[in-house]
Amino acid sequence: MATTSTSLQSRVSLDRRIKDFAFTTFLSISIVASLAFIFYIIYRLYNNAGFLLSWDLVTFFPSYDIDTAGFQSSIMGSIWIVGFATLFAVPIGVMTALYLEEFAGKRNRFTALLELNIQNLAGVPAVVFGLIGLAFIARGPLSWGFTVGSAAIVLAMLILPVIIIITREAIRAVPPSYKEGALALGATHWQAVSKLVIPSAVPGTATGTILAVSRAIGESAPLLLLGALSFVTFNPTGLDSGFTILPLAIFKYASDSREEFQVLASAGSLILLAILFAMNLSAILLRDYTLRKRNV
Amino acid sequence: MASATLVSVLVTVGIVLSLIPTTFRLLKEITTQVFGTVWAPLFTPSQYGMAPLLTGTFIIVSIAMVIAIPIGLASAIFLSDYATFNLRRIVKPILEILAGIPTVVLGLFGLYVVNPEFVEKYWPIGEPLAYTALGAGLMTGILIIPIIASVADDALSSVPRAMREAAYALGATRREVATKVVLNAGLSGVVAALILAFARAFGETTIALMVAGSYPKLSANPGDPMQTMASFIGFAGIGDAEVGSSAYNTIFLVGTVLFTVTLILNILGNRFIARFREVYE
Amino acid sequence: MSMISNQSQASKVAASEQKKGSNPMSSSTASRKPSEPLKFVDPVFTLKDVAVSYGNFVAVSDVNMQIPSHDITAFIGPSGCGKSTLLRTLNRTNDLIPGAKVHGSLFYHDADLYHPSASAVEVRRRIGMVFQKPNPFPKSIYENIAFGPKVNGRPKKSELDDIVEKSLKSAALWDEVKDRLNESALGLSGGQQQRLCIARSIAVEPEVILMDEPCSALDPIATLRIEELMAELKKQYTIVIVTHNMQQAARVSSYTAFYVTEVNLTSDRRTGKLVEFNETKKMFSTPDDERTEAYVTGKMG
Repeated sequence: MATTSTSLQSRVSLDRRIKDFAFTTFLSISIVASLAFIFYIIYRLYNNAGFLLSWDLVTFFPSYDIDTAGFQSSIMGSIWIVGFATLFAVPIGVMTALYLEEFAGKRNRFTALLELNIQNLAGVPAVVFGLIGLAFIARGPLSWGFTVGSAAIVLAMLILPVIIIITREAIRAVPPSYKEGALALGATHWQAVSKLVIPSAVPGTATGTILAVSRAIGESAPLLLLGALSFVTFNPTGLDSGFTILPLAIFKYASDSREEFQVLASAGSLILLAILFAMNLSAILLRDYTLRKRNV
Repeated sequence: MASATLVSVLVTVGIVLSLIPTTFRLLKEITTQVFGTVWAPLFTPSQYGMAPLLTGTFIIVSIAMVIAIPIGLASAIFLSDYATFNLRRIVKPILEILAGIPTVVLGLFGLYVVNPEFVEKYWPIGEPLAYTALGAGLMTGILIIPIIASVADDALSSVPRAMREAAYALGATRREVATKVVLNAGLSGVVAALILAFARAFGETTIALMVAGSYPKLSANPGDPMQTMASFIGFAGIGDAEVGSSAYNTIFLVGTVLFTVTLILNILGNRFIARFREVYE
Repeated sequence: MSMISNQSQASKVAASEQKKGSNPMSSSTASRKPSEPLKFVDPVFTLKDVAVSYGNFVAVSDVNMQIPSHDITAFIGPSGCGKSTLLRTLNRTNDLIPGAKVHGSLFYHDADLYHPSASAVEVRRRIGMVFQKPNPFPKSIYENIAFGPKVNGRPKKSELDDIVEKSLKSAALWDEVKDRLNESALGLSGGQQQRLCIARSIAVEPEVILMDEPCSALDPIATLRIEELMAELKKQYTIVIVTHNMQQAARVSSYTAFYVTEVNLTSDRRTGKLVEFNETKKMFSTPDDERTEAYVTGKMG
């Protein structure tokens, strides 16, 4: 039998090898294309509007005159609205997540229904949230009109499911041995949760919240229905004031037929991307920092 | 705390409540007209043929899926079966960055770059102008690539290593293991990814509005401008329609359809994910 | 070439020490030091100073042995001693683990398994593997067996049918499943699934079948059937089996390798080491090494 020299050369047939090569090439091209696209978008935007970037853009208000047009009102509007939305959504979301993970009966109908609800809410198109806002908050029973308050509530509804899901995962990541150790020392369930589980889950929740917030900043469709596309030249003054947001300011300038305003829209996009980049970076840094602290 | 969770319930209830009554009211008025082919609810006299919205939505979402499925799945397979640990650490965040690009920016790119420089120049059929369904489809496709990539990657990565090893032990190449065994085993998760991506594309408003325009043209040519159900809602909602008017109610009618379709798709998608988790976790 | 060197080696050691298990030659074992590895004529595997590391962690080292053909060789030892790791190097399954590195020389007949020009795909076609937990593909029974042949060639349907039938018969599973070849393999019992995995390996006509604790997830009756199967299979294939169960090793194998974990007291590193490789009969009655004796008599767990 094996008195001849054995060869371990590949005996894979040619067509298999061709397919292997073609497949690997296809995979690589896909990944490279995705990466390249990100750079290409930024490159085109910068090419188009990079020269406009200056603090003026951020300090000027929108105007029909290109030389004095800027984004201040929309940036402030975004900050106000997303700020309030976070203020509304985070406590509710965190408490819901805590309830579901720590205090709800694991097998009853109500809990299952609630979980199903949250999962589905996460997939509802953004524009539908705008519709509810229109029906119930801006008009309808609350009739707050097209104000910062209405917008904040709509955005809060949008990010609520995301915060719940992320917080639940952060809570689940806390090793049960922490809690069990506390209980074995005579702590009540609530004490164990408040002193051990919650603090341990804070970093994960914070990171997730930052990500939810960055999503909210980029949303455009729901607030289209809430009057954010109007020409707003002032910063928000309160929950009852008019407003606009950065994505929609971009939208508005982009729809303008004059080319200078289209360039302004590109500049606005760069600002928006920069803000998002900063937020995501801080989320990553936060996560790394807390991971390092934990492993010391 | 339990009261906080009630808020979540309220939100869902709210959605349903806002949509159903207005829809019914509208339906009463327009049932006969829905099957026409002219969609002009905001004009007088209003017309309510749903066909243009349906075809517009169908064409744009289809183009998006045609773009996103190959690239998304390729990325997923790359991540789960081809990438080394370090390569994975680099590529996954890149896909997250892609996922983080706001729809306005994608719409802008479609309007300023894709439509004029690619579609208008190279699309052979008809006379593409500033707004095209093809451009909207392409950008929506880019939007949903990360959804397919991450959900499918989760599914494929969960396929136990033992199954891959068994296939390798039979003399299969990496491609054969990835496509004939792993993909097969993780199929329900991959299907979930496709369904969820489809639902997202279905509900996308801003891109369709910016890139495909707001004219509900009934056509089969992606080079034409079109309106989708989602972009109609966005478009109609900008103005200040009178509460209770049939124009106002139309927005809610279309909204109901949108909500129902995406709800069913999401439930379906999540079911597939649950089924997948049962098997492998 | 290799034949000549093998013959001279064989002549160095007593000529009766052959690949098929035979009477322990008291003269040869008396003249052979315990640390000198058993030599065979034309061994299937030859390992010299083999070590396996994952990054900085050395899982097993200093392995020198030859594995005979057409026989069953068992790897035994307490958990964590690296026997599974070593088994996996024999068909380059460790390649799939990032950071895994194999040192020393590992020859399959006279070919270097880890030579840059050696194709891992070809290696695995010739050296098959059955795993601890039965892992049939989520396909039909027929498709499970057909996977290997289909991937390695373009067999016609009639050829495939033959291969499937032959493999299932060799694995003593044909009678139980011949009427339900198109049903899902996941519907079989644990023991049946494992026999299916064996049939699946056989279908690509390997020379060697590696088995990594194949019975540890099965009940005693299923285990027995597989052990009977192994006795049949060794007529045609070489089998190397890792097992936690000493009695199983004693029952089925002709040669046994015993490993332990050595702890380096200064660095606190644990590494698996080959302690003894011997004919099974001898290992379980008068082993050469005292650690082996402690293990097989139950003094060491």
